[in-house]
Amino acid sequence: MTAQAPLLSVEDLRVEFPTRTGLVRAVRGVSFDVGREKVGIVGESGSGKSQTGRAILRLTPRPGVVTAKRMTFEGIDLLTASERAMYDIRGKRIAMVLQDPKFSLNPVMSVGKQIAEAYRAHAPLSRGAARQHALDMLSAVKMRDPRRVYDSYPHELSGGMGQRAMIAMMLGTEPDLLIADEPTSALDVTVQMQVLAILDDLVSQRGMGLIFISHDLNLVASFCDRVLVMYAGRIVEQLRASELASARHPYTQGLLAALPRIDQPTTELAVLRRDPAWIDGPAA
Amino acid sequence: MTAAVRRQGRLPELDLASQAVLEVESLHVRFGEVHAVRGAQFSIAAGESYGIVGESGSGKSTVLRAIAGLNPDWSGAIRVAGEPLGPRRERGFYKRVQMVFQDPYGSLHPRHTVDRVLSEPLAIHGIDDAENRIERVLKEVGLGPAFRFRFPHQLSGGQRQRVAIARALIVEPQILLLDEPTSSLDVSVQAEILNLLARLRSQHGLTYVLVTHNLAVVAHMCERLAVMNQGRIVEEMTVAQLRAHEPGEAYTRQLLRASLGYDREAARAMVTFD
Ligand SMILES: Nc1ncnc2c1ncn2[C@@H]1O[C@H](COP(=O)(O)OP(=O)(O)OP(=O)(O)O)[C@@H](O)[C@H]1O
Ligand SMILES: Nc1ncnc2c1ncn2[C@@H]1O[C@H](COP(=O)(O)OP(=O)(O)OP(=O)(O)O)[C@@H](O)[C@H]1O
Ligand SMILES: [Mg+2]
Ligand SMILES: [Mg+2]
Repeated sequence: MTAQAPLLSVEDLRVEFPTRTGLVRAVRGVSFDVGREKVGIVGESGSGKSQTGRAILRLTPRPGVVTAKRMTFEGIDLLTASERAMYDIRGKRIAMVLQDPKFSLNPVMSVGKQIAEAYRAHAPLSRGAARQHALDMLSAVKMRDPRRVYDSYPHELSGGMGQRAMIAMMLGTEPDLLIADEPTSALDVTVQMQVLAILDDLVSQRGMGLIFISHDLNLVASFCDRVLVMYAGRIVEQLRASELASARHPYTQGLLAALPRIDQPTTELAVLRRDPAWIDGPAA
Repeated sequence: MTAAVRRQGRLPELDLASQAVLEVESLHVRFGEVHAVRGAQFSIAAGESYGIVGESGSGKSTVLRAIAGLNPDWSGAIRVAGEPLGPRRERGFYKRVQMVFQDPYGSLHPRHTVDRVLSEPLAIHGIDDAENRIERVLKEVGLGPAFRFRFPHQLSGGQRQRVAIARALIVEPQILLLDEPTSSLDVSVQAEILNLLARLRSQHGLTYVLVTHNLAVVAHMCERLAVMNQGRIVEEMTVAQLRAHEPGEAYTRQLLRASLGYDREAARAMVTFD
């Protein structure tokens, strides 16, 4: 962590959903800080990664209930901030690339228009300037034909193009903190590497903070500074990304063992044997 | 397909033309001005697992969607077990060929419970024993009975994807078109799903076409793969060649380099291939 005060500080965050079959405790007491750095969150499906990200922006869907001892962003109390104040923070100061890009785009408006309007909602830009900025951002995320993409509707884009459109939308407003939920899962590895380089430069050159939610352990190990490992709504291990391979928690070790490897063929992949003790046991 | 082939699991030296269960020839797909697929061609033997990798937007999903009958505007030839397909698909086709879509959010009806998502294909194909089949398939994809009456919005991304996989498996098809089936799954669930797919293939001789950007997944699951760029298959190779880092095309070599993990300098050196 940097010596300066962190951008974001979260203490004992909890997210719960009442359902027909009982209470789902999606996030169960998560604490972490984020500075001007790249923090990865990994963990299995359903472990609470997305709900953690959404709670920071107060985007928890109904009827979810969020509680925390503390959740502050640059001195602003995110728990008590008015809806009006949150409106100013969302998109402008903290942006989130949602896991479901096409679902979060308006299906009946062209992609470029949506991006340009998002920029104009947060900065005094003329229509023409917003359009130009959108085209520049679309080419920055390696779209082969930015003009066509600008005029396309979401269903006319491939999976990875939809993801890149969302990234272009969220980066264009120069947020201080970006929460990126599986932002590159639909990208081929070369385009992924180029898009990550943009995020990397924003962190190292502009001092943006990045929360990078991903299930790609190799990618997180090589790209992030630190990693939080989540299991069943809790952080069970925190470590430097470069040390992920020597993780101590048996859950993290199990995740690493489950990876297929190009140079090590196996007939069957190792699967995780979950130990009930991990649910409430100590963090490594 | 013969039992010997099924046991062997690897098919590179087979006479593919005589065994082919899925053939695609000079496939072109256009969306107005956009020429998304430009003469794609491959032939897949029964029981084989064939990978498609390539740049985002290069036409991988469009190829699968054309086979599945979701893109009526294509030209060329597509044959399943030797029979040429027309622009429309009969109901019986989907008993034999199922597709798992890239986007689990769009592919599940928002107001249908998991139970309904899984019951519908059974009803359509007149398959009984719904109760047992639903229970079994949910277990196979690692979702317990607690999930059976949830709606999609009550599921995480990976949980939705497992429902989508269960929906494709429940009718017991012979050919599965898998579009990034595990890219929204964490590695532990991915391992379970890939093991399940491998087991089903060896037990029932299923044939897979697997689109993924994860070269390690292709290497694990497939015998051969196609590399796509700009709507064309630029290279077809065996997984053995991939493992040996012997691709012929510069684009494929760059893919292999990028799959080693993030590297700022390597990112700077990446080029776009036309
Ligand atoms: N509206 C809801 N009602 C009930 N449970 C919910 C709701 N939304 C999410 N959940 C549950 O909360 C848990 C955490 O979900 P979350 O989306 O944060 O998982 P995740 O770690 O992002 O998983 P994935 O990697 O699959 O996206 C899951 O078990 C999910 O089923
Ligand atoms: N319905 C449509 N209308 C217009 N263009 C389309 C449509 N569907 C796909 N395209 C275009 O066809 C091209 C190929 O898209 P496709 O979805 O097949 O790519 P892909 O290889 O699957 O990419 P990704 O890896 O990002 O999912 C893209 O340029 C896309 O914009
Ligand atoms: Mg998620
Ligand atoms: Mg696709």
